[in-house]
Amino acid sequence: MTHTSLAYLSNNFIYSAMAVYTLAFFAHAYETAFAVRAPQSDVVDPAHGNLLVKTFDFKRTERAARIATAFMILGFLLLFAGAVARGLSAGRVPWGNMYEFSITGALAFSGAYLFALRKYDLRWLGLLVSISVLLTLGTAVAVLYRPSAPLVPALKSTWLVIHVSAAIISGGVFLLSNVIAAAYLYLDSMEQKGARNRWAQRLPSLEVLDQLSYRLVAFVFPLWTFSVIAGAIWAEHAWGKYWGWDPKETWAFITWVAYAAYLHARVTVGWRGRKAAWLCLLAGSTFLFNYVYINIWGTGKHTYSGL
Amino acid sequence: MSEVTNVPEVGLKGLLRFVWRQLTSMRTALILLLLLGVASIPGSLIPQRAQNPMKVREYFASDPTIASWMDRLSLFDVYGSSWFSAIYILLFISLIGCVLPRSLEHLRAARALPPLTPRNLHRMDFHQMWIGSGEELSVAKSWFGKKRFRIRDFEGAMSAEKGYLRESGNLLFHLALILILIGVSLGALFSMNGEAIVNVGERFINTPTTYDDLSYGRLFRDSSLPPFSLTVDDFKATYNPATSAPEDYTLKVSVIEKPGAKPVSRIIKVNSPLGFGSTNVYLQANGYSPVVTVKNKEGEIVLQGPIPFLPQDSNMTSIGAIKVPDTSPQLGFVASFLPTAARDKVRGGISSYPAALDPRLLLSVWKGDLGLDRGIPQSVYRIDTSKMQKIGLKALKVGDTFTYADGSIRFDGVEQWVNLQVVKDPGKGYALFGGILAILGLLASLFTRRRRIWVRVNSEGTVEVAGLAKSGAPGLAEEIDQLITDLRRANP
Ligand code: HEM
Repeated sequence: MTHTSLAYLSNNFIYSAMAVYTLAFFAHAYETAFAVRAPQSDVVDPAHGNLLVKTFDFKRTERAARIATAFMILGFLLLFAGAVARGLSAGRVPWGNMYEFSITGALAFSGAYLFALRKYDLRWLGLLVSISVLLTLGTAVAVLYRPSAPLVPALKSTWLVIHVSAAIISGGVFLLSNVIAAAYLYLDSMEQKGARNRWAQRLPSLEVLDQLSYRLVAFVFPLWTFSVIAGAIWAEHAWGKYWGWDPKETWAFITWVAYAAYLHARVTVGWRGRKAAWLCLLAGSTFLFNYVYINIWGTGKHTYSGL
Repeated sequence: MSEVTNVPEVGLKGLLRFVWRQLTSMRTALILLLLLGVASIPGSLIPQRAQNPMKVREYFASDPTIASWMDRLSLFDVYGSSWFSAIYILLFISLIGCVLPRSLEHLRAARALPPLTPRNLHRMDFHQMWIGSGEELSVAKSWFGKKRFRIRDFEGAMSAEKGYLRESGNLLFHLALILILIGVSLGALFSMNGEAIVNVGERFINTPTTYDDLSYGRLFRDSSLPPFSLTVDDFKATYNPATSAPEDYTLKVSVIEKPGAKPVSRIIKVNSPLGFGSTNVYLQANGYSPVVTVKNKEGEIVLQGPIPFLPQDSNMTSIGAIKVPDTSPQLGFVASFLPTAARDKVRGGISSYPAALDPRLLLSVWKGDLGLDRGIPQSVYRIDTSKMQKIGLKALKVGDTFTYADGSIRFDGVEQWVNLQVVKDPGKGYALFGGILAILGLLASLFTRRRRIWVRVNSEGTVEVAGLAKSGAPGLAEEIDQLITDLRRANP
């Protein structure tokens, strides 16, 4: 197959993935919206007799939920095929510019979700995951798209492959843990006001969310550390200096420090709940900032966005 | 953490002890850690002298007052500033002060046995009781042994503990951070970094004067420069014909590592430097050097040879300056070089492809005072024409000669230059080793679960099992369930 036809194939895979993620989104939305009211298990304030928690029975929409998960898996596979075809068409790994970073980033994010889904009851997150993947892919296709092209010599390095794949996987998991921390904060304020709404009833308890977002961070922090070190090794090969305080490096360091502080706060100082969730969000936003701001507007040696 | 009494001991010693205790407390470490992150931010948003000196100069040009204030706060040199150093030095003192004592304590604890079985097991997170057969303790012992718990036997009871690796890994991680810092500091003190432009065919000798740009770490001396020399034999750049994007750069050199040694042929590429010891030679940039011969009115050669030009765009449209200071009046050629000549309606002569397919040298000839003796450093690629007068304008192909009132210039051909970067950093090995240890330590620490399990059989045959997971490690409930199942199965 020629390079051009592979590039077209990649685009078609990406479009199909977007269609499938849209279906997944609607299936998840259906699951939530058409759950049956279950008044017999409502919670009523014993003092005042007013309704505290309106409960829903999600059994009837269980099938929609399963279909949604199937769509999520299919979308992931299509996206994976799209990324592979893109890489083959350019004769390199598919992370040479911002379009490709977004594709592989979305792939890592939905992969992290599916991976975590095997161990935890996370299906409630599907609604958020599918819509975020859709938005990312939409932006990538509409704004960031660049024709497939080989890498400039500075990017031809095994360390680049290692460094960027580790960074993208870490990013996917960091974002997932951020989504969970955000869900924690949202649910917490909902519970403080009274009761969870219908969507939120599918969600686990606050403690589970709190633990889960911590687990995810603890799980990828070594990988992120590795990614930063692999980046330094690559920089040493390419630029003669393993650390040059380039803006991108600096923000990778800031993210590392922020997550180290988060782990410390949890493990040694014992932060839990809202405080920990906010710190987790803060650390995650340094990662996003690095990705969006430094790639697009930053100066420095890392401006490979192709924009 | 134990209560710190607020009545400090009198005297300097007491004060010092108080400061030390504060500095090495966990909360201070956490604050310093966050502070380090925050302190790194300005340097990523404000241009830094080390990375982007041009942008810094623009700041000074557009608003000198604010720029000089920013400079006073070291905002253009954040990562070398005293306040930035203060934060990380404090952080690492705090780290050393806390981690070293803990390491010693951990070494001592490594040989110790698990603690006594507590009296009130039912207060633990996981607790179960049943009437057993009396065999439980020996079954438990082999069960723990198989799972490599540390065991401590008592009369009628047993403590088992697993997961010391967590603390070991944690200490290894923090010690590795100290090692990284040592590596970074060695680099700051004993490194060198220099750049030199070398034309293909020329020889580079590693002495301070051959560099265009050279900087040393605080304690680096000229005599520490490794005594190598190299000759640039060949340089080849290949480009994508459709997009003009560079595809590969290959540089061939012959290296003489020490005076008297035999030259060895080596290849340098963008991501694969030439290395000896802690010194590396990198291929950092490349460009064209038009070769010219300038003659005076009498026909004598006043300048001859390749002149490096500076590339301006991805098609290697280059600018340069040919300065002839030894004639009077002095001569200057403000020049552009186009490897593949083309015309653009707006920009005029430009290059349409980075390889030298149809080279052209565009010149404007000036005579007067080059201003080289005024003591202000000048760019080698530009000429200050404020005290000069234009006497001619010409586009030359290879082999063409342009004759003007004061002489002539001939465009003999074109060579390529490469920018070699020579770096010596004796600290990088330590930093890398530290990085590897840090990751191993993290993995050991974050993926080891530390827990204790107790089994007690009292005189009436009641079996009690309880467990405690340190820092909420998951999975203990399942483990205890399994133990209990095995203990009960052992019942005859
Ligand atoms: C300055 C003094 C420091 C002290 C006293 C200290 C102490 C500790 C302690 C006691 C733990 C908990 C270990 C456990 O029981 O699991 C820990 C964890 C951790 N520390 Fe530090 N630390 C310091 C500095 C740092 C620095 C500078 C970093 C990195 C920027 C860092 C990164 C971490 C990380 C990532 C963890 C969690 C992972 C693990 O448990 O190993 N620490 N630290």
